[in-house]
Amino acid sequence: MDTALAVDRLQFAFTVTFHYIFPQLTMGLALLLVVLKTLALRTGDEHYNRSARFWAKIFAINFAMGVVTGIPMEFQFGTNWARFSKAAGGVLGQTLAMEGVFSFFLESTFLGLLIFGEKRLGPRLHWMAAFLVFLGSWLSGFFIIATDAWMQNPVGYAIGPGGEILLRSFRELIFNPWILWQYSHNMTGAVVTASFVMSAVGAFYLLTRHHEAHGRTFVRVGVTAGIIATVVMLFPTGDGQGKMITLHQPVTLAAMEGLFQTAEGAPLALVGQPDTDRMQLDNPLVIPRALSFLTYRRWGAKVQGLDAFPRDVWPDNIPLLYFSYHIMVGLGTVFIAVMALATLQMLRGKLYDSRWLLWILMLSFPFPYIATTAGWITAEVGRQPWLIYGLMRTADGPSPSVSSGNGLFTLLGFMGMYALLAILFLFLVYREIEHGPESPEGPAAAH
Amino acid sequence: MLETIWFCLVALMVATYVVLDGYDLGAGIVHLFVARSDDERRLVLKSIGPFWDGNEVWLLAGGGTLYFAFPALYAASFSGFYLPLMMVLWLLMLRGIAIEFRSHLDSDVWRPLWDVTFGVASALLAIFFGVALGNVVRGVPLDASGYFFLPLWTNFGISGPLGILDWYTVIVGLAAFLTLTLHGALWVAWKTDGPIEERCRDLALRAWWLTAVLIVLITVLSFLVQPQLIASFAARPWGYVIPVAALTAFALVRVWAAPRPGAAFLASSVFIAAMLSSAAFGLYPYVLPSRINPGFGLTITNAAAPAYGLRIGLGWWIPGVALAIVYVVFLYRRFGGKVRLHEEAY
Repeated sequence: MDTALAVDRLQFAFTVTFHYIFPQLTMGLALLLVVLKTLALRTGDEHYNRSARFWAKIFAINFAMGVVTGIPMEFQFGTNWARFSKAAGGVLGQTLAMEGVFSFFLESTFLGLLIFGEKRLGPRLHWMAAFLVFLGSWLSGFFIIATDAWMQNPVGYAIGPGGEILLRSFRELIFNPWILWQYSHNMTGAVVTASFVMSAVGAFYLLTRHHEAHGRTFVRVGVTAGIIATVVMLFPTGDGQGKMITLHQPVTLAAMEGLFQTAEGAPLALVGQPDTDRMQLDNPLVIPRALSFLTYRRWGAKVQGLDAFPRDVWPDNIPLLYFSYHIMVGLGTVFIAVMALATLQMLRGKLYDSRWLLWILMLSFPFPYIATTAGWITAEVGRQPWLIYGLMRTADGPSPSVSSGNGLFTLLGFMGMYALLAILFLFLVYREIEHGPESPEGPAAAH
Repeated sequence: MLETIWFCLVALMVATYVVLDGYDLGAGIVHLFVARSDDERRLVLKSIGPFWDGNEVWLLAGGGTLYFAFPALYAASFSGFYLPLMMVLWLLMLRGIAIEFRSHLDSDVWRPLWDVTFGVASALLAIFFGVALGNVVRGVPLDASGYFFLPLWTNFGISGPLGILDWYTVIVGLAAFLTLTLHGALWVAWKTDGPIEERCRDLALRAWWLTAVLIVLITVLSFLVQPQLIASFAARPWGYVIPVAALTAFALVRVWAAPRPGAAFLASSVFIAAMLSSAAFGLYPYVLPSRINPGFGLTITNAAAPAYGLRIGLGWWIPGVALAIVYVVFLYRRFGGKVRLHEEAY
């Protein structure tokens, strides 16, 4: 692999993976904040406003991190992927510019009002501020997914005389069928992360016997949102996303599932290590015929394996694709089990005293982050070797003028900068959690 | 025609960004000089508190609009200015976390650390943005491929192998630093009272003279460095209205700085917008001139996206930005007046 290309890919992968730690929480938390503010408005109980204020502070720290790590994403399209930007800018510029115009202004304005304006606005307008922050962040997610969806499944374009990709139909770009499933799957994932984080903090308070009233609220809201979101993650959104891949990227499906040989009644691999040289899955543990059923709803349906495709359209890192997909699905299944148990105990009125379950809830919050990241690796590594599926190869996208030395210089710079950011972030979030929701003058109130 | 409209819209977004984020960058520069205690620093921060993040959005939205309307310009300039752009990103990050995180801890080590970070990053950003403008006006070594790459510096000259930093772009950087110092001092004077307001007025009056000298200098130098400017103003003499407006506004800054800092801030905003418009008018139809061969320069026609996309774009861009202006006006009205400490955040 050409080194400048490798550096460009690594830099984008590193910065986008780090970036997405923050929006996945803020997008999900924005919804839960609206829930808390609605409870406060409905019941008139100050308790829920205190809960909302606490989570607004956590939200603000995450939002600040999301903003500062998000700017490099938009910049890198031009700095490191200039040939791609020049070729496809007439199409993708639409959705990226729309994100800036429609969602960033909304989010930043009303986040200011959410954090600084509770007294000035009064309860109803303050609820409105929370709602508009939610709307802004979910719109932002939409435009980014629309951008990625076009790279996964290009529609509504024409090829110009100079080989450039022209927008032919704005409507097709915005109503790309890929968007529906990827967006709902991704946003549900954000709610899963937020609900696990909220219940983990609640469980921590109950286990340490601090702020117990708030702990119960957090666990209750977190588990309620969590059971819905974890199930929706699997069906219909995960299933629908799988259908999109089957339809538009069959070679990716084969690689994700570790299916080397085309088969009727194809097995579903639960465990195993793909060996692309010998074209086999080592140490396999499979459910016979299940892949055929999941893909086509017929036990005997024929599923194309990797052998049905020439090697130059295979994803270029099949083991990574296979493992990230299996980690995502495996964790997703565990999440449903955890949230189902918690819901059961909640309905029996025993959740707040089931210390073993509170321990599980507290310790499980990192795993949605891992599952989400694995999901995005599945999507992006699965798209390889294409930058725009079927239209432009990743190898044809980088900036011709940026050498690998300059690329490595900035990649190392980002690594140093993000190590610093990560330490600061953990330190500040820990302080907020330790401080708790109960006192009016939190550490962040000193602005 | 469509290309010209988008040229004006992108220029408008850039100017709005510089005017808005300019005052909070300026506040960052001046706060090290005018605020002498923790309370005073908090007061300066509070004057930009609900706004700075929204101000930065104009950079993102402007970048997105540039990408959408002129993809070839976006591709060539972002990859060609690779190193300084990445440094701008790092400075924006450091500055953002300095503002957001400094008040989380009450410590004699934590807060001064972030205050200095905030001040230094703001100052460097102001200089970098000036240098960037200088680079665009001077032109870059665009060749037939439509790409270029500039090292940070070579021999600091404007002929031979070019670098980002040369004597001309450094002077433009200094002019930007002074302009935004003045702009920020006027904002803080407008939004605060007591000793900080007085110190900001004094600072503004002193910065005005230095700014005046540098503005005259870069105006003369720009016409020498970039002959396209002379050609543009000769071809469309009505364009002289723009620099005249800039000069008038700049004079009003001086008149109003002491008695009416709010009015002086608005005059300073007009001054900055008009200066940037002069540069845009002077370069038009170029968006990035080539110093190798004028024919290789990027213009509004060879850098623009196809007409279909540009037409569609007008349909969502105008209502979208109109909506954004409504939010911004709402926000500024809600947080109007002078800021005081000890109003609770909630």
